Amino acid sequence: MQKTDVIIVGGGLVGMSIAYGLALLGRQVSVLDEGDDAIRAARGNFGLLWVQGKGYGMSPYAQWTRDSVALWPRFAAALHADTGIDIHLRQAGGFQLCLSDAEMAEEAARLGWLREALDGDYPYELLDPVQLRNRLPGIGPDVVGGCFSPMDGHVNPLKLLRSLYAACQARGVKVINGHRVEAIEPDASGFRLQAGDQRWSARQVVLAAGLGNRSLGEQVGLDVPVQPNRGQILVTERLQPFLEYPTTYVRQTDEGTVQLGDSHESAGFDDGTGSRVMAAIARRAVQCFPLLGDVRLVRAWGALRVMSADGFPIYEMSQVCPGLSVVSCHSGVTLAAVHALRLAPWIAGDFDDPAVKPFGLHRFNSSMEMRHVG
Amino acid sequence: MSADRLFRPLAAAQHNVLIEFDGQPLSVPAHVSLAAALLASGVRHTRESAISGRPAAPYCMMGVCFECLVQVDDQASVQSCLVPVRAGMRVRRQCGAAALMPVGEANDE
Repeated sequence: MQKTDVIIVGGGLVGMSIAYGLALLGRQVSVLDEGDDAIRAARGNFGLLWVQGKGYGMSPYAQWTRDSVALWPRFAAALHADTGIDIHLRQAGGFQLCLSDAEMAEEAARLGWLREALDGDYPYELLDPVQLRNRLPGIGPDVVGGCFSPMDGHVNPLKLLRSLYAACQARGVKVINGHRVEAIEPDASGFRLQAGDQRWSARQVVLAAGLGNRSLGEQVGLDVPVQPNRGQILVTERLQPFLEYPTTYVRQTDEGTVQLGDSHESAGFDDGTGSRVMAAIARRAVQCFPLLGDVRLVRAWGALRVMSADGFPIYEMSQVCPGLSVVSCHSGVTLAAVHALRLAPWIAGDFDDPAVKPFGLHRFNSSMEMRHVG
Repeated sequence: MSADRLFRPLAAAQHNVLIEFDGQPLSVPAHVSLAAALLASGVRHTRESAISGRPAAPYCMMGVCFECLVQVDDQASVQSCLVPVRAGMRVRRQCGAAALMPVGEANDE
């Protein structure tokens, strides 16, 4: 039996961000990670730090997302100081490109609602095609307009994951790969966890296992309503820099490749790709930037988003099993900073952050119907 | 040991074709991939990495590693292990990332 203060189940961006935050607070942390055959959103995402449009209908999420991007420079600086790895954080803003008037109107309505909900403190600009073309050369004639927000940005998500592993290990976090946690049981001194013939014990447990949180939650009496939502991404050959800003469908990485997204599909736990969706992604990317029509694609993949029943994060501390918390969310990149620097102190019990309250599981209890949506 | 001894044709090439490599004429075996043709003709440096500038040559020969990228007739980033060699091909090293604007059109207007 191996003992530690805190065990985090899940070594993706969410689990590692929290592990890093807890290590910064001096906690003794172990991360139990499933293995390379696991379903991993952390290795398939698009790398956006995205604010605009998020939290429509739930302003605390918009604020939480804003708080995270405000913390991101400090978070990235800490990672860099601990590891020397440049994760290529850029926070110069981002563009949502619209291909129809209806899409433009919908975006404008969402952003208008959010600006009002955040008492006017929500910077963005709606751009007509001429304004947009001046800001983003190479935009195609099918683009009818766009929204720019200086709140948005991007990062290299694989370098982020790598730097989190390195920073955690530098600060004494034990990362234990290749173990799929099968059982969690509360006992007198905390919890006992079991994976195969291995046993661990900890005073505190954090479930950060993505889609695995559903079945792990059941073991401790929590209904965690998360479902997979598949996104596919295409990657081009390396190109000389042509696109400084991230857009929702097209993003050039620091090493020159261009990622094309995004799609939303219900495909269960199948994280494969399909030609119909790939063709649609390619078509839209070429509509946005016609010069991409001649470039070569070198890779494509599918990855599964962790979507809660209402699309917003779940942060829960169990009342029945004190010491057990659940963290489930989409947007592990955008929220990495706030997870490390604010959620980890909340989990540690150092700071009863009121901003976390709206994300509890209680919100699903009052509306049973929502639980089965999407 | 020189790498040259590793490149032994199973049978003598039936005939050669003439291509151009970085502006110089080069006689290479016909009926093989462009990557094999370049290697068999003594070319050991076919691209430079877009990230580090490191020189590289064809490696996996099956479309996976992207080490064999060259420009063919102004088409950038061609995987030379995946295209058959053809008489008259104009081949250049792929040095760095491809430009999104086609060569020669960037300065129009």
